[in-house]
Amino acid sequence: MSTDVNVKLDALPGLDSDALPLEVKDLHVEFRTRNGIARAVNGVSFSLRAGETRAILGESGCGKSVTAQAIMGILDSPPGFVTGGEIRYRGVDLLKIREEQRRKVRANRIAMIFQDALSALNPVFTVGFQLSELFRKHRGMSRSDSKARAVELLDLVKIPAARQRVNEYPHQFSGGMRQRVMIAMALALDPEVLIADEPTTALDVTVQAQIMALLAELQQERNMGLLLITHDMGVVADVADQISVMYAGRVIEEAPVRDIYESPSHPYTKGLLESIPRLDLKGQELSAIKGLPPLLTDIPKGCAFNPRCRYAKDACRQDPVPPLHQVAPARSSACHFWKEVKADV
Amino acid sequence: MSDIVLEARDLVKHFPLTQGILFKRQIGAVRAVDGINLQLRRGETLGIVGESGCGKSTLARMLVGLETPTSGDLFVQGRNMAKVSGAERRRGRRNIQLVMQDPYTSLNPRMTVGDITGEPFEVHPEVLAKPKRRARVQELLDLVGLNPDHINRYPHQFSGGQRQRIGIARALALNPEIILCDEPVSALDVSIQAQVINLLEKLQKELGLSYIFIAHDLSVVRHIADRVAVMYLGRVVETGTEDQIYENPTHPYTQALLSAVPVPDPKLRGLRDQIVLTGDVPSPANPPSGCRFRTRCWKAQEICAQQEPELTVRQSSAHPSACHFAEVRDVVHAQQ
Repeated sequence: MSTDVNVKLDALPGLDSDALPLEVKDLHVEFRTRNGIARAVNGVSFSLRAGETRAILGESGCGKSVTAQAIMGILDSPPGFVTGGEIRYRGVDLLKIREEQRRKVRANRIAMIFQDALSALNPVFTVGFQLSELFRKHRGMSRSDSKARAVELLDLVKIPAARQRVNEYPHQFSGGMRQRVMIAMALALDPEVLIADEPTTALDVTVQAQIMALLAELQQERNMGLLLITHDMGVVADVADQISVMYAGRVIEEAPVRDIYESPSHPYTKGLLESIPRLDLKGQELSAIKGLPPLLTDIPKGCAFNPRCRYAKDACRQDPVPPLHQVAPARSSACHFWKEVKADV
Repeated sequence: MSDIVLEARDLVKHFPLTQGILFKRQIGAVRAVDGINLQLRRGETLGIVGESGCGKSTLARMLVGLETPTSGDLFVQGRNMAKVSGAERRRGRRNIQLVMQDPYTSLNPRMTVGDITGEPFEVHPEVLAKPKRRARVQELLDLVGLNPDHINRYPHQFSGGQRQRIGIARALALNPEIILCDEPVSALDVSIQAQVINLLEKLQKELGLSYIFIAHDLSVVRHIADRVAVMYLGRVVETGTEDQIYENPTHPYTQALLSAVPVPDPKLRGLRDQIVLTGDVPSPANPPSGCRFRTRCWKAQEICAQQEPELTVRQSSAHPSACHFAEVRDVVHAQQ
């Protein structure tokens, strides 16, 4: 790898190569809109080790994508503002460094892929141009060298006939191939952390399987931390090591993947798992979670899930918000009655 | 009268591809649906699964009469819809209604919920006299679990799941026997998805409806369907009861599709038989010769390029499967 950029990265205040590649502490994000302040993220914490896959699981509006955008520093601002917390890359608080320094971290150390590859890629430039741009801007390479690297990258993500296809435009690629191009772009500068925001939601299942297999392979090769943002519990069960379940801007349960599917200890997680159609329950009614997620401008007092929860008691309807209780080593649940929920099969 | 409420025979829809501005010449055709036979019995749910571009939505549009078939026949309650008079065709269409995928764009934002749900009566005024309509609309809203007092609200005042309920109420307005659901839950979150599926099942029991349920989510289809047809590039490649398709799939495409679905159980990770297909679906404007799946199939041999396999029961397949080399392979359960 080229050196000049890494030299500049060394100059980051407090960089500690032994610290975790990504650590988020008590992150708060709000959107100041005409209809009031929408509190999208309300104190989210998690960490990501090298080579680990952490899934952030949640439904639309739970704040999972906003968390990712805040980490990348691509939040639409205004109306979005990070109002508190820390986002640490190897010990460096990304919220405290200057924007130029942050640009160096972005793509170089922390990269991101998006759900909709067609709108994430620029339609008026060739795929090769967009890939080689990274090398020209971040590494100062020449046009021909960077083009050669672009071809290598397309090869890496298994796009057939990479040498020809490098000169094509995004619309000439199929959905799965576009997602591969985006993965290539994210991996171009060899990042330590990859954030994948619903990477396969727009794809068919057979293509989804291809993309997830590719991501897993590349992650292992590079010992990269993968932050997978998704609502698909099937995908999570297949690839994740750790899970953080989010609801109304908070992490409400955190656990290793096996534990969470075996014995969920938060009523929301339990409800999500039960609402998946299952083979042994065919012909029976699905146990849906009643009601709707709250508006982020008007989150209920106490536990945000209480209006939909079948375990809710008076304590849940009053502040303070239930803290994350330690359920087991490396497991926590933000429910006052986690013992009851966990024991209830 | 027979038990079959809807039947398609050799249904074909080709969209012409033209060249030239003033004098348009046809240079080819997109074979969106290319010869489909299916039957729907009273009170049952027929699931249709397939990936994008396989023709399932075009099929749906033909079944409800939004698209005229290029060839083939469609029978609704034994009557050939292409041969009956205009008035009878209108009556036939009353019997088959559509629930659409996207609850955000399939409702007119400028109409109230009452107007949306009551619009079918404007199209078919003979069904219900005007003074009775408002009460009927409120009854419908109640039936789908919405507050009847919200009749004067607009779609934007409802959430996605509630909007899908409005779409269902509209489909039920004319007391149809057949409801065609085109991806009714794929735009919804998991917890809301379950609510809508439960509603559909409840309505089926109460009103004795027959459903055609089109979806790409195989676990949802498995939950709701009695019989399943798997489509690939405008053709049905395998059809059977829900059990036959999921437990004993015999067509390689069905097997690949099933094995690609992630199972929400981390204990099965790495234990299932996973088939990762290479490449993309070929263009329906220029489908491969012979078997259409052969370009992505690991079993393909010369015969597959020369001879199109028929959708029929074979020695190795107890239910109809369109593969020369059909054989059972369990892809859903953990391997021993």
